[in-house]
Amino acid sequence: MLDSFWHWFVIIGSIANILACWWLLRWSAKTKVNQTSNNTTGHVWDEDLQELNNPLPRWWLGLFYISIVFALAYLFFYPGLGNYKGSLGWTQVSQLEENIAAAESEIAETQKFWNDYSNEDLATNRSVLETGKRIFANNCAMCHGSGGQGATGYPNLADADWQWGQNFDQLVDIITNGRTAAMMPWIASLGEDGVKEVSAYVRKLGGLEHDATTAEAGMAHYNKTCIGCHGPTGNGLQALGAPNLTDKYWLYGSDDETLYETIAKGRRGQMPAHKDLLNKYRIRAVTAYVMSLSKKPETDQANAKSN
Amino acid sequence: MQNYYNDKVVRQFTFATIFWGIVGMLVGVVIAAQLWIPALNFDVPWLTYSRLRPLHTNAVIFAFGGSALIGTSLYVVQRTCGVRLLSDKLAAFVFWGWQTVIVLAVITLPLGMTQSKEYAELEWPIDVLITLVWVVYAILFFGTIGKRTVKHVYVANWFYGAFIITIALLHIVNNLVIPVSLTKSYSIYSGSVDAMVQWWYGHNAVGFFLTAGFLGMMYYFIPKHVGRPVYSYRLSIVHFWALISIYMWAGPHHLHYTALPDWIQSLGMVFSIILLAPSWGGMINGIMTLSGAWDRLYKDPIVKMMVVALSFYGMSTFEGPLMAIKTVNALSHYTDWTIGHVHSGALGWVAMMTISSLYVLIPRLYGFKEMYSTSLINVHFWLATIGILVYVVSMWIAGVMQGLMWRTFNTLPEDGTLKYTFIESIAATKPYYAFRLLGGIMFLTGMFIMAYNVYKTVNKKKPANVLIPQAAGA
Repeated sequence: MLDSFWHWFVIIGSIANILACWWLLRWSAKTKVNQTSNNTTGHVWDEDLQELNNPLPRWWLGLFYISIVFALAYLFFYPGLGNYKGSLGWTQVSQLEENIAAAESEIAETQKFWNDYSNEDLATNRSVLETGKRIFANNCAMCHGSGGQGATGYPNLADADWQWGQNFDQLVDIITNGRTAAMMPWIASLGEDGVKEVSAYVRKLGGLEHDATTAEAGMAHYNKTCIGCHGPTGNGLQALGAPNLTDKYWLYGSDDETLYETIAKGRRGQMPAHKDLLNKYRIRAVTAYVMSLSKKPETDQANAKSN
Repeated sequence: MQNYYNDKVVRQFTFATIFWGIVGMLVGVVIAAQLWIPALNFDVPWLTYSRLRPLHTNAVIFAFGGSALIGTSLYVVQRTCGVRLLSDKLAAFVFWGWQTVIVLAVITLPLGMTQSKEYAELEWPIDVLITLVWVVYAILFFGTIGKRTVKHVYVANWFYGAFIITIALLHIVNNLVIPVSLTKSYSIYSGSVDAMVQWWYGHNAVGFFLTAGFLGMMYYFIPKHVGRPVYSYRLSIVHFWALISIYMWAGPHHLHYTALPDWIQSLGMVFSIILLAPSWGGMINGIMTLSGAWDRLYKDPIVKMMVVALSFYGMSTFEGPLMAIKTVNALSHYTDWTIGHVHSGALGWVAMMTISSLYVLIPRLYGFKEMYSTSLINVHFWLATIGILVYVVSMWIAGVMQGLMWRTFNTLPEDGTLKYTFIESIAATKPYYAFRLLGGIMFLTGMFIMAYNVYKTVNKKKPANVLIPQAAGA
């Protein structure tokens, strides 16, 4: 809300400017400018520059008047003059809300049936998967990739490795409420050498090339500090989002430098909650699609074999 | 010396206009190519789109357009006031000061130094220099008008004058910042107020730099070149006052459906619609001034350019109010339609008006009747005109297509999801980016032909020293 000074400032300023244009048009129609015999104003500049004084073209005048009338009418119907709300009561927020409500009611017609479908039905329903795919493309693909292949720090959804859980209801919960994966920074307690030793041991767990002595030293640290989340064998713990360290998938990378950074400085992965962005039907549809992505490699393999 | 016009500064600005035109448009071609093939930034930070784009806009608006406006205004004000410029020293300061600003822009923008305000990216020390140069320019221009020997002030000078005063106001208000170091500052505005000030500035930069200033150019060079009187004195009065007062309100149409309050958006829209008639007033006066010289259209490519310039002016000042309507804007905003609109104004109107005026001006600065080659002007005309059309039409198609793709939903019996992803709209736009690049290359090629033609016209020639006619004050 504007205070009353600015409220009237806006009204008087804008209306005065519009009316001044009207007055200007009336004035120019009435006023006679002195004219010479050759129909010019008699002014001469730079030897040969002169001006005729033809009347304003009528169609142009008409255009000008119409635009002024339109403007005044618009400012009567719509908000424009300071705090005056306009006779129609329109606001951009109400326009948006009406549009959303109309769309939602239409969509609800289709999607309410999905609620009756079981998880298995949804996961195999072609049209639900198509919908899920489009929801994924517009909401998830910017982090997880257009095919769910992930990126550094954003889990791959197309493989068989799951950070937080892999059954339908778990995925619905992850998408609905979001997740924060917090890996603590360890440089303070382990020191540089300690971090390097743990990295070597983590590479050993992952079946990667490593220095045996350093890894041996790292194991002691691991069993004290890492074991709580990543487990004695490095299999991770889905309840905490602690990644499995023994598989081939590395969320941030498996080279010495990256592992050092991960252990020394920690990581903080954020999956935002989608409960306010997508309704529960859409979350179920996109869950079905994400589950279908994960199975894809096997299907591809099966196809490859059958070919 | 007082018996002669000071054309030295005009010549300097004229050559600067052509040079910076080529530089600015070349950068434009580079970034157009990058949009088509993103790898063309070669992963070099200062070659990235984000840094070259402000360099392109600053170079074409302020280096090319600015040099053209300052140069021609200093020519026109002397000729139509019948006196030499107020001061040769101030004139030299304006030229070298403005060129320093441009060179600093060319250095700092690719280095990533920016205020992040569109068309006002330059950091505060350069802004201070701009202010200084602009104040001196204003003193030079209005001081020359002050000592005129002709009673009436010619219409071109009203428009140049409005341009000079308003740009000073816009520049200072929009660039109020708190410096934290020599190369970094923060705006004193925040949130939607910052956005509003930015677009009050941005839109009026279009209105007073790219419209009023070039109307001043139009009001001198068109009647001068075709030797015909200006069509209507009273039309020029009416559209001048209506244009400069209405323009001031129209900025919020750049921020439809944003955090800006509803009432400002509505005011921005209705004033944009009223703006149509005053804008067209200038087109009518120009076209009707030419209308007695249609025979020239067949043989004189400069007249053709003037007609095309006025036509694009009329078209883009119709398109502007159209796009300012909320319903249309909901489709056009954030799409390449905006880019097409800007370039139909910038290439079609601003650059065409500048080029045609320079083809009139340059021979006169050397005491010739015409340029070295009229047929090269004709080639330039066709390259530029077709280039603009290819550019603008491809951006129209791309823009409307993007707007439609972004808002298309799958409705019943489907599911209400968006039909296309954003990346699909980019993929669909790619061919139009190639056409846009082609249009830009054609326009740039025309500029090289102009540079060659100018070189052949003035090389080893002695600049004319023009005596001020004693009868000028009659």
